[in-house]
Amino acid sequence: MFATLIKIRLHLQRNFCFLLQPYQIMTSVNLEAIFQSKIDDEVKIEPKDWMPDAYRKTLIRQISQHAHSEIVGMLPEGNWITRAPSLRRKLILLAKVQDEAGHGLYLYSAAETLGADRDELVQQLLTGKAKYSSIFNYPTLNWADIGAIGWLVDGAAITNQVMLTRTSYGPYARAMVRICKEESFHQRQGYELMMAMSFGSPEQKAMAQDALNRWWWPALMMFGPHDSESTHSDQASKWKIKRKSNDELRQNFVDVTVPQAEYLGLTVPDPDLRWNEERGHYDFGKINWDEFWNVVKGNGPCNRQRIQARTKAYEDGAWVREAAMAHAEKKEQRKLQPEAAVKAA
Amino acid sequence: MKKEWPLWEIFIRSKSGLNHKHVGSLHATDAEMALENARDLYTRRNEGVSIWVVESKHITASDPDDSDPLFEPARDKVYRHPTFYTVPDNVSHM
Repeated sequence: MFATLIKIRLHLQRNFCFLLQPYQIMTSVNLEAIFQSKIDDEVKIEPKDWMPDAYRKTLIRQISQHAHSEIVGMLPEGNWITRAPSLRRKLILLAKVQDEAGHGLYLYSAAETLGADRDELVQQLLTGKAKYSSIFNYPTLNWADIGAIGWLVDGAAITNQVMLTRTSYGPYARAMVRICKEESFHQRQGYELMMAMSFGSPEQKAMAQDALNRWWWPALMMFGPHDSESTHSDQASKWKIKRKSNDELRQNFVDVTVPQAEYLGLTVPDPDLRWNEERGHYDFGKINWDEFWNVVKGNGPCNRQRIQARTKAYEDGAWVREAAMAHAEKKEQRKLQPEAAVKAA
Repeated sequence: MKKEWPLWEIFIRSKSGLNHKHVGSLHATDAEMALENARDLYTRRNEGVSIWVVESKHITASDPDDSDPLFEPARDKVYRHPTFYTVPDNVSHM
């Protein structure tokens, strides 16, 4: 009875909206106002809620690029799985790389709640239409790089991702909570590896320093262009997709990371780095933005290699995906018509 | 013919005594593969003791536009909550 009443009410509302008071008729203008007031009141936006097209598009772009970064991010580390110096390190590295795959999948599934198509997203990565974090276009040249990636690259990612656990889109925020829990292991294993190297033989310490020298600046670039140059920032912060600016996040990262480097007895490769008592923050040197844009545009040391590896994996896996689908369909058929399937066989 | 694997919604019971809770989704060809993939994707750190998988297309969700007619009738029934009633201070166990 109650359910019937509701149905009638819904029916009335849908089909007789001309009977509603003028203030009840939603124009797209006040839909947008309602949307913005939800954001201002810290009410999360969920998949079926009304949202502006641009919000949806921005999120699909950001979440899918984030997903692609996790997937491509497996490659530089995967490079060292077969050469890990001990079984312990190999197990840790395997678990970490598996996590990165998992993070990519959580994020793709968050993007799909916005109506994105998984295959299409993958195609955008392979054709270069979608970007991924430039940091993964740098090579892993020595074993200490695995430590430096966990410590610095995951450290920088965590700074950004902790902010994103409070992003306005529910499924993205929830994926971030899960990811942040797991990233903490990634950063700690990296720092532990750096400790082993830094407190080891002089040769090991030199490798750790070499890794820090090469990863420091690209890690700072991970936060993106300066606020004054950033094209997406204003709208993204109005919509609370982003809650801190690129420069704020970068400063946070420098402030927490420099003392960690000091503990290791390593030197951050920046002659302009010094504590600024007045600001209560570290001042640091100029970032080489030419290098940043060059890598973004596809001319980093490993851009081509990364996309080639992803394309090969995708193409080599095609027959498996198709066979698995065909097998599942056949099993389903058999369940529905056991006799017909036997005859056909 | 190329066909994308269907999408499945995953629900995990984190320990006995608790409800299954939605954790996300994944692609798989059938229910069995969805369970296996959910194991790898959502329970790598002892997050679960039981998994439910449901193909996404089988889930019917309420429309946020209908939330007023659906949920508003419950909003003014304050007498359904214990805090609606005053109990004298010297009456206990209630």
